Amino acid sequence: MALLAPETMPEPALAVPVIHEVNPWVALAYLVAGVFFILALRGLSSPSTSRQGNRFGMAGMAIAVFTTMLLKAPVPEGQFLPEPTAADLATLVQILIAIAIGGGIGFVVARRIQMTAMPQLVAAFHSLVGLAAVLVGLAAWLNPGAFDIVDTAGQILVTSRIEMALGIAIGAITFSGSVIAFLKLNGSMSGSPIMLPGRHVINLGVLAAIIVLVAAYALSGAGGPGEGLLIVWITLLAFIIGFLLIIPIGGADMPVVVSMLNSYSGWAAAAMGFTLHNTAMIITGALVGASGAILSYIMCRAMNRSFISVIAGGFGADAGDAGPGVAKTDRPWKRGSAEDAAYLMKEAETVIIIPGYGMAVAQAQHVLREMGDQLKEHGVSVKYAIHPVAGRMPGHMNVLLAEANVPYDEVFELEDINSEFAQADVAFIIGANDVVNPAAKTDKSSPIYGMPVFDVDKAKQVFFIKRSMGGVGYAGVDNDVFYMDQTMMLLSDAKKMVEEINKALAD
Amino acid sequence: MNFIAILSIFVMACFVGYYVVWSVTPALHTPLMAVTNAISSVIIVGALIAAAASESPTARWLGLVGIVLASINIFGGFAVTERMLAMYKKKERK
Repeated sequence: MALLAPETMPEPALAVPVIHEVNPWVALAYLVAGVFFILALRGLSSPSTSRQGNRFGMAGMAIAVFTTMLLKAPVPEGQFLPEPTAADLATLVQILIAIAIGGGIGFVVARRIQMTAMPQLVAAFHSLVGLAAVLVGLAAWLNPGAFDIVDTAGQILVTSRIEMALGIAIGAITFSGSVIAFLKLNGSMSGSPIMLPGRHVINLGVLAAIIVLVAAYALSGAGGPGEGLLIVWITLLAFIIGFLLIIPIGGADMPVVVSMLNSYSGWAAAAMGFTLHNTAMIITGALVGASGAILSYIMCRAMNRSFISVIAGGFGADAGDAGPGVAKTDRPWKRGSAEDAAYLMKEAETVIIIPGYGMAVAQAQHVLREMGDQLKEHGVSVKYAIHPVAGRMPGHMNVLLAEANVPYDEVFELEDINSEFAQADVAFIIGANDVVNPAAKTDKSSPIYGMPVFDVDKAKQVFFIKRSMGGVGYAGVDNDVFYMDQTMMLLSDAKKMVEEINKALAD
Repeated sequence: MNFIAILSIFVMACFVGYYVVWSVTPALHTPLMAVTNAISSVIIVGALIAAAASESPTARWLGLVGIVLASINIFGGFAVTERMLAMYKKKERK
């Protein structure tokens, strides 16, 4: 791109990028910060090394922040320590106050948040990264000199213009998309998809407009009033597209959306890293971008859906409605009681518990762990089976079980435990539905066909906790597990039912 | 640094990210999202530069607001990750 600059900007033909001497120690410090961030993610390969990884992350951040602060403090010739003026000190105080305000808010929120509300919190955090990227981009546009992105004629470099405009656009999409995701996850807005007529045409049109505007801005010459308008329009349109992209996506697809926004926040940081020539930001942006993309892929694969179909939205529109499957509820099914469940599980050798989003909604994780403990006292082997898309974000169920003190070596992933259902005496389903639906294996017409599911139909006995027989899963399909001979439906609030089972077990 | 040097770092980091993230155990995917949130707030570096430069008052204020937002994320993200990770315990062997 830099090679094209002389042709596309004929006016100041002699203007060349100013090559700034980068202090090698500064560059090295940012590199170390980047490496620490890699180690932070590496630590998460196992729970035993994860906390050390998190410390690496904190250290990396501290290095990046202090390096930047020192960089901006003028060091007189021949001296080692900086000699700040009164104005510098005033700025430093302002910055420290800003960090204290933000840090205080962040810390209090992190301490108080309930584990079941983690998806909302993560969405809210994503929106902040997005907005921060927009602000930094706008600041760089207003004061390019401070960011070392001008040529000798005082013009912002073409490459920097593209990087900056893209950073602002991706940041703005991340912001408005995350705000919608937050509102949906928090229940402040209906989780059902909102479908605008002709939304694909609108979305593609807005996206194309953003790309055209970025190109126009990159090629625009001297900073007239039109140039400013371009940036403002890019920002506005990007806010709008983020909003439009997320409103048609239903609640059950939120794990993909949250992962996708995670990825976007990374790409926004990377784009800013390009603008600032900052290795720590580029490495981090690439890591976070890759992380979110991989999580989105894992989530899509676990639902056997393509990324495009998730983004196109509309899935889960029938949630709770009288879908085609509901008519079939005339089929015979058996209702069980807490005492039945307690008696049969006490006698069992192995019980596999399958938690889903319903457990999170009912806050039943603690009583569930008590149930597990009681069963273990009766000599029952208890295992937990977690589907990748259980809950509202990747790993949601694992965190809730960990919060309830379930040891992580009793918790298994789909592919590790699925073969054990054939030997299991009891499959205990609490708040999950689509992830145990055998139609995903057999019924080609089913919307969830091809999705990997738990083979609960192979277990000798199935207990299915559900509020009522009327509702269906998020995919809006009936579930044959309800009507199997070995299934007992436990119709109640999940937490209340497990409490009753606990009482029956204790007797 | 020229564009190609930066691009090289970026592409390599994407590959590193790809392999590192695949090795993250699925049980820790929620902490992964929280910690990636925290580290992507390294964007605070840009906000600090904007806030420290005196040429444009508007840019300074944008920078200061950016610092507040990124700090919420940094402190909140690392603290909530630490809180989650502390909950993951192994079975007590008797």
